[in-house]
Amino acid sequence: MNNFSYTTATTAKEATGVRKDSAQAAFIAGGTTLLDLMKLNVEQHPQLVDINMVPFKGISETADGLRIGALERMSDVGENQLVVQQYPAISEALLLSASPQLRNMASIGGNLLQRTRCTYFRDTAFPCNKRNPGSGCPAQTGDNRGLAILGGSTACIATNPGDMAVAMVALDAVVTLENSKGKQRRVPLLDFHLLPGTTPQRETILEADELIVAVTVPAAAHARKSHYVKVRDRASYAFALVSAAVGLDVQGGQIQSARIAMGSVGTKPWRALEAEKMLVGKPATEASFRAAAAAAVRGAAPREHNRFKVEMAQKTIVRALQEITA
Amino acid sequence: MDTEPRFFETNGPGTGGVVGQPLNRVDGYDKVTGKAKYSAEFPLQGLVYGVLKGSEIAKGKIQSIDTTAAMKEPGVLAVLTHQNLPKLAKTPNDQEGKKAIGAPMGFLPLTSDVVHYAGQPVALVVADTFERATHAASLVRVQYAVEKPLASYQDPKAEIFNPEKVQDDKTKGYTRRGDAQAALASAPVKHSATYTHAINHHNPMEPGSTTAIWESADRLTVYESTQGITRTQKSLATMLGLPQEQVRVVTKYLGGGFGCKGSSWPHTVLTVQAAKAVNRPVKLVLTRQQMFTGMGHREDQTQTLQIGATKEGKLLALVHEKTSTTSPWDNYAEPNSRIINLLYDCPTFESSYQLARANVMTSTFTRAPGEAPGSFAIECSMDDLAYQLGIDPLEIRLRNYAEKDPTNGKPWSSKSLKQCYARGAELFGWNKRNPKAGDTRDGRYLIGMGMATASYPVHNSQGTARVRLYADGHAVVQSGATDLGTGTYTVMTQVAADALGLAPDKVRFELGDSRLPTAPNSGGSVAAGTVSSSVYVAAQEVWQKLKKLAIADKKSPLYRAKVEDVIVEKNRMVLKANKQKGEDFAALMKRNEMSDIEGTGNGKYGAGYESGLAPGPADSGHQDDKGGHSMHSFGAHFCEVHVDAELGTVRVTRWVSVHGAGRILNAKTARSQIIGGNIFGIGAALMEETFRDPNFARYTNASLGEYHIPVNADIPEMTVEFIEEHDPYINAMGVKGIGEISMVGVAAAVANAVFHATGKRVRDLPITPDKVMGVLSV
Ligand SMILES: Cc1cc2nc3c(=O)[nH]c(=O)nc-3n(C[C@H](O)[C@H](O)[C@H](O)COP(=O)(O)OP(=O)(O)OC[C@H]3O[C@@H](n4cnc5c(N)ncnc54)[C@H](O)[C@@H]3O)c2cc1C
Ligand code: SF4
Repeated sequence: MNNFSYTTATTAKEATGVRKDSAQAAFIAGGTTLLDLMKLNVEQHPQLVDINMVPFKGISETADGLRIGALERMSDVGENQLVVQQYPAISEALLLSASPQLRNMASIGGNLLQRTRCTYFRDTAFPCNKRNPGSGCPAQTGDNRGLAILGGSTACIATNPGDMAVAMVALDAVVTLENSKGKQRRVPLLDFHLLPGTTPQRETILEADELIVAVTVPAAAHARKSHYVKVRDRASYAFALVSAAVGLDVQGGQIQSARIAMGSVGTKPWRALEAEKMLVGKPATEASFRAAAAAAVRGAAPREHNRFKVEMAQKTIVRALQEITA
Repeated sequence: MDTEPRFFETNGPGTGGVVGQPLNRVDGYDKVTGKAKYSAEFPLQGLVYGVLKGSEIAKGKIQSIDTTAAMKEPGVLAVLTHQNLPKLAKTPNDQEGKKAIGAPMGFLPLTSDVVHYAGQPVALVVADTFERATHAASLVRVQYAVEKPLASYQDPKAEIFNPEKVQDDKTKGYTRRGDAQAALASAPVKHSATYTHAINHHNPMEPGSTTAIWESADRLTVYESTQGITRTQKSLATMLGLPQEQVRVVTKYLGGGFGCKGSSWPHTVLTVQAAKAVNRPVKLVLTRQQMFTGMGHREDQTQTLQIGATKEGKLLALVHEKTSTTSPWDNYAEPNSRIINLLYDCPTFESSYQLARANVMTSTFTRAPGEAPGSFAIECSMDDLAYQLGIDPLEIRLRNYAEKDPTNGKPWSSKSLKQCYARGAELFGWNKRNPKAGDTRDGRYLIGMGMATASYPVHNSQGTARVRLYADGHAVVQSGATDLGTGTYTVMTQVAADALGLAPDKVRFELGDSRLPTAPNSGGSVAAGTVSSSVYVAAQEVWQKLKKLAIADKKSPLYRAKVEDVIVEKNRMVLKANKQKGEDFAALMKRNEMSDIEGTGNGKYGAGYESGLAPGPADSGHQDDKGGHSMHSFGAHFCEVHVDAELGTVRVTRWVSVHGAGRILNAKTARSQIIGGNIFGIGAALMEETFRDPNFARYTNASLGEYHIPVNADIPEMTVEFIEEHDPYINAMGVKGIGEISMVGVAAAVANAVFHATGKRVRDLPITPDKVMGVLSV
């Protein structure tokens, strides 16, 4: 870990101003990703700007849905009754994440920006294109059990490991960003994370001087009937092997609308648009679910140790869909 | 008397003693309030901090080390490398040196420019704060001439060889008993299976640490996180060329060890040399990542077990082979064959070990070394055989019950395995189990029940203790043992209290300092038996002295009595024939103006079944044995699992363990220890695995974030019982030890339950969801 200076910002402008002048500086919210990576020397920031006093707070119902301030804590959002009742997949995803201690610290904005758990990325003794562009990707032929089968490239197959983003991507969440000029823009979460391509070091469309302000999620019947299933190596406190967030609006046995996204399967929170389309107008039966799940993993390019994800992802989708229609 | 432990002579059970009672930990309060000082927590004047830098590569040569940037950092006092490490009198770098030192590994980093394994220390930075040392270590730049490393025996380029001996010469590389190959060839029923075991790391809560203080040019004190202070003392003295007495090692508390703290690893002597170089006390704590390449591991291994049997399930032949990875210098392999040879009555046996050298550090004992993975192989194969022949898994074990030690024909000193089976089956409800595999379902879950046998040898060991009894009714009892956190402080307090006829709160037990009487390593499950026997025997010496004093004292009611006619009841010496006649020690001592009286005792533990060693002296408790008995603990595990039929996740839902392990000194700490071993075993069974990259020979998941150990939610309520066992041959206290048997058979019980649930066998540990889903969908 290197020496760094630490300042607090009370307004967005103060914070973004620092990053405008020095892209090496970093915002710190809960610090649960940032400090880990600094201790591992994966990230080296000369300056930290504490944004916890910036008033990006509140979990509220708006005209068209849910709005969560970027500095709300995972535990508060996960247990919020509006979220629990109207957007259950988001609550479930949050409460199945990390540990209570971490959830008490970690923020929603930081959560969207958590970095991959690819083990090579986290150890500076290894080459890694994401950490050190051009150095290579040992995961392709090494420890890739946890890595992506969809959206990878020869440069990188790292997954976005988070849970909450999967549920949010499924439910058409939009992130609000604000830059040092005070200008805001709204970006669908689906477009927020980038595929690795040849530049795996670029993970999101966030500009250096931009802050995440809030996340909004439209209200919908399929959001009210949404669900998150996480499969992992132990009963708690582990990242997903695979996960699925689904939402269904079923009327008279017929699916009106469907939402499906997968976690720890793709190089970003993976929305299965094809699969969703296949479900609309179909009966809510296991056969429909299976067909959709198969479509969701079409084009998968597994490596030696993550081949199981092709099957497990499908089964997890089916499980999630069955559980909400049960 | 000959068939009862000597313990019964004086203040034995039934006389109101506290041995066996579920006494709360005497050190519990100090631990939870932070008063207990672990080895890295001693505040010392002028203390500075050492941080190791590990090699990025796994094989090659150091061409140059640039320490300029590190040395320029404020507060940095020294950067030690192979170029400037103060010279040692002896290193383990040759087999003679290794033996003399008792080193776990035939190589000491920072003594050569060769890199043999990833993470091998290449520099040690000392600075005035931990943070500055850590940062400076990251600034040390090493240029390597990199060579392609070899990661394991599984690499096609690995050269497999048959070692003459494995595990530091303790086990033969090839053993046979009868003609197992012929017996196998002609057996009516055959079974053959191959099992793999992932690399496992011990991961004690407290990492390894050393704080070294040179009291003068030739006197050293080391606060060390070790299971064996005497072994550390000897190792350091030998390497430094000092008399053993001039090295003091202190370990007051340990946050677990599981074998990785059983020997003296490189960081210890390197810290000592750093303290010499900067002429200040130096503290070094291994980081969690460094724990993966600093104190050994359980090696990656494949076992093949072939069984020949009759149609009734009676064993005829066992042929076992193991192949595993070892370091460039040592022939280390856990001795898996021991338990396979011993567990069941089988007339023939053959075992062979194969090794391949790779760019890894030497592996080491990991809780139940050999017995844990060995039991996985034989207990899964026995299960298979049972299904193959349509015999209940418990029944097939009974049909092969070994009434005497099959390896040498000797009688057991005691064996309660049949009672363990019966009681375990009853507590678990084994008779309600559906005999068919893959046939019990509850919603989405496949339900399975499995069982396995456990066994662990009583290893040969000895130690000493000192008892000082004060006329005011207090006692201080000392032995240079260590307490891994399992309860040594507590159980020894109980033993001493009973032996002296005092209440436990009148006894203080001190351990963890090489200035105290020598005790064995807390390893191989020997500490409880050896130290308790030492304490007991030392108390006997005190009584012996007091009896003599009384007999010679005109004012004593026992004046002129014969020593043999005087017995001890609680704190009183009385005439055997007339118990009214006598007096308590306090009265006697005060009259004689003695403030205190001391006794020392030597406790010996078992004869060790392999060595068949000579029995101990008269006070050892097995003087009648003459090495004529085979000494082991036995037990049985029963468990239930729920397997998700689609996704392959496995959850253990019920657990019963019953053991016969001699005298149990404290019902509460013993139960905790068995539970701990079960959890350790469930970890190995379901999730623990260190991944060594095949190209870089470097661990990828060296952290507790990525190396999974069980969390609370993985562990069900556990039922633990002990069969009461009085073993007159083991040692003075009749204690066998339970640290390791708790882990033996656990992985097999889980795997057998998974088989019963699914009808599919996973033979590769850990049994992760991907593997179970894989076998379920074919
Ligand atoms: C042991 C462990 C287990 C975990 N398990 C899980 C799990 O099972 N599932 C899961 O989903 N996650 C898991 N996590 C990840 C955890 O959810 C994230 O670390 C956390 O959400 C990050 O939030 P934070 O506020 O602490 O972010 P920080 O560490 O403070 O920040 C992370 C990054 O985001 C930037 N940042 C933060 N807020 C903003 C903002 N408003 N605008 C712009 N940039 C910002 C920071 O500059 C930094 O680069 C785990 C983490 C740990 C350490
Ligand atoms: S998968 Fe991506 S993060 Fe992992 S080693 Fe390759 S480039 Fe680095």
